[in-house]
Amino acid sequence: MLVFWKRFSRSKLAMSGLAIVLAVIVAALVGRFVVPYDPSAQNIMKRLQPPLALGKNGIHWLGTEALGRDIFSRLVVGAQVSLLVGVCSVFVSSLVGITLGIVAGYEDRYLGKVLMGITDVQLAIPFLVLALAVVAVLGPSLLNLILVLGLTNWVQYARVVRAEVLVLRDREYVQAAKALGATTPRILVKHLLPNVMSSVIVISSLLVAKMILFESSLSFLGLGVPPSTPTWGAMIAEGRNYIANAWWVAALPGMAIFLTVVGINLVGDRLRDMLDPRLKQLEN
Amino acid sequence: MLGYVASRLLYALAVVFGVSVAVFFLIRIGGDPSALFLPPEASLEQIAEFRHSMGFDRPVIVQYFEFLVRAVQGDFGQSLRYQQPAMQLVLERMPATLQLSGTALLLSLLIAVPLAITAATRRGTIIDRTGLVVSLIGQSFPTFWLAIMLILIFSEKLHWLPPSGRNGWQTLVMPSIALAAYSTAIITRLLRSSMIEVLQSDYVRTARGKGLAEGKIVFQHALRNAAIPTLTVIGLQVGALLGGAVITEEIFAYPGIGRLAIQAIANRDFTVIQAFVLLMAVLIVGINLAVDLCYGLLDPRLRKS
Repeated sequence: MLVFWKRFSRSKLAMSGLAIVLAVIVAALVGRFVVPYDPSAQNIMKRLQPPLALGKNGIHWLGTEALGRDIFSRLVVGAQVSLLVGVCSVFVSSLVGITLGIVAGYEDRYLGKVLMGITDVQLAIPFLVLALAVVAVLGPSLLNLILVLGLTNWVQYARVVRAEVLVLRDREYVQAAKALGATTPRILVKHLLPNVMSSVIVISSLLVAKMILFESSLSFLGLGVPPSTPTWGAMIAEGRNYIANAWWVAALPGMAIFLTVVGINLVGDRLRDMLDPRLKQLEN
Repeated sequence: MLGYVASRLLYALAVVFGVSVAVFFLIRIGGDPSALFLPPEASLEQIAEFRHSMGFDRPVIVQYFEFLVRAVQGDFGQSLRYQQPAMQLVLERMPATLQLSGTALLLSLLIAVPLAITAATRRGTIIDRTGLVVSLIGQSFPTFWLAIMLILIFSEKLHWLPPSGRNGWQTLVMPSIALAAYSTAIITRLLRSSMIEVLQSDYVRTARGKGLAEGKIVFQHALRNAAIPTLTVIGLQVGALLGGAVITEEIFAYPGIGRLAIQAIANRDFTVIQAFVLLMAVLIVGINLAVDLCYGLLDPRLRKS
């Protein structure tokens, strides 16, 4: 672990990414308790105040939006939804993708072909369109959002895990386990799963960033979580109407999304360089 | 080659068939779809009459085959909002979306290909770092935010470009840039990696050893081989561009099928959504089929196998 950390910390870019990610995690976990203003408290007298404007609880660091709510407080609390949706939907995706990929790779007769067919069908439908239509049918809620994002993004896991298992299943240790009478579920879970985990970690880290972008897109279109919860995407949608005279209302939540996604991508890139030897060899 | 084309064509048809199943069940995942089409205050008699008229009271498998037969003929039913055939509505808006997505793809390629080639051949230089920064930034921006920022800068502040509509090339500039950002990042990144890999291969070393000019090595040997994985990603990016057009068109009030889809979702106009999703899928499958066939042109080994 220490060696892993030493190698990781050699990249300054990855370390800056990690610092951003940690800041967002802290904001998501404790932000609600330390923000200077109630993120839902409206103050119509102080609407559309620019950054650093003075408020009753001190400075509005990032200004206020159309209903006079403090943008900084809303951004900090909004981190909760972004991270929650990002992490939970990746968990759902990985659960579905790994299960299908590992089974299809090990029992590669018909299941593998069927799985590849399903992934091609899924890839033929633009993700956003599919997600929009499903949320429109089921109705917008946090759970539906996580399920929609999770169940429409498992393809990458399934393809990568299947490809790796196709190679691993002929290795001696798998054959030995089989000869010793290990059951198929035991081989899949005990022998194959740990060996595909490095790819899974890399895909997951990069997919969290994508999910945050997707969540913000759906929230922007009003199909994310209910409007009572502040989200970065919905904040941009609200700020869009005041773009001419209060640019900060839409610009700052966008910067928050951008920085978070850059941070996660930097960490993900470093993990990929470290855990994918082929790529690492290329980069060196 | 003919066998290769035939097998890819059959596979593409199977994928479209799979999409038709997905589209059919799309409006049924929440249970009886009648509730989606009728207002909440509809009486039980109205619901029963509607279910009968739409065929929702029949077995699902019968409903699916009826849907399939009608879909093959381009009949997805009437739009509930516009009272016009759903497919006709979608087809009317199609040229605008194809123009926008096509321009965005062209823009992506014009930026990504030279940037990736230069970055791969001059590793560690400022151009290489620029390529990496472009790809990192491009895939981290939310498209809708970039679109709003473009409107803020070029329409509201500088008054250079119109903020919305479809009226001349000026209205195509900002939507194309917003839509192209993500694809540019992905294509730059992948083509750079592929080029680096190919430039380290034995045949490139041999070409260098026998004294070929660097330009010839890069463009005739390396680029052709690096193009194969990149072509796959470009095929996938076309899908992403068509999907991304949904948000971009909404922000720029651009009258394409993406905007129509958003309006259809807001109005619960599910006949239009079904027509839209299936047409998109056919388009994407068609493009991926073309990409598959291009592999054969780029790599003769694939033709023979």
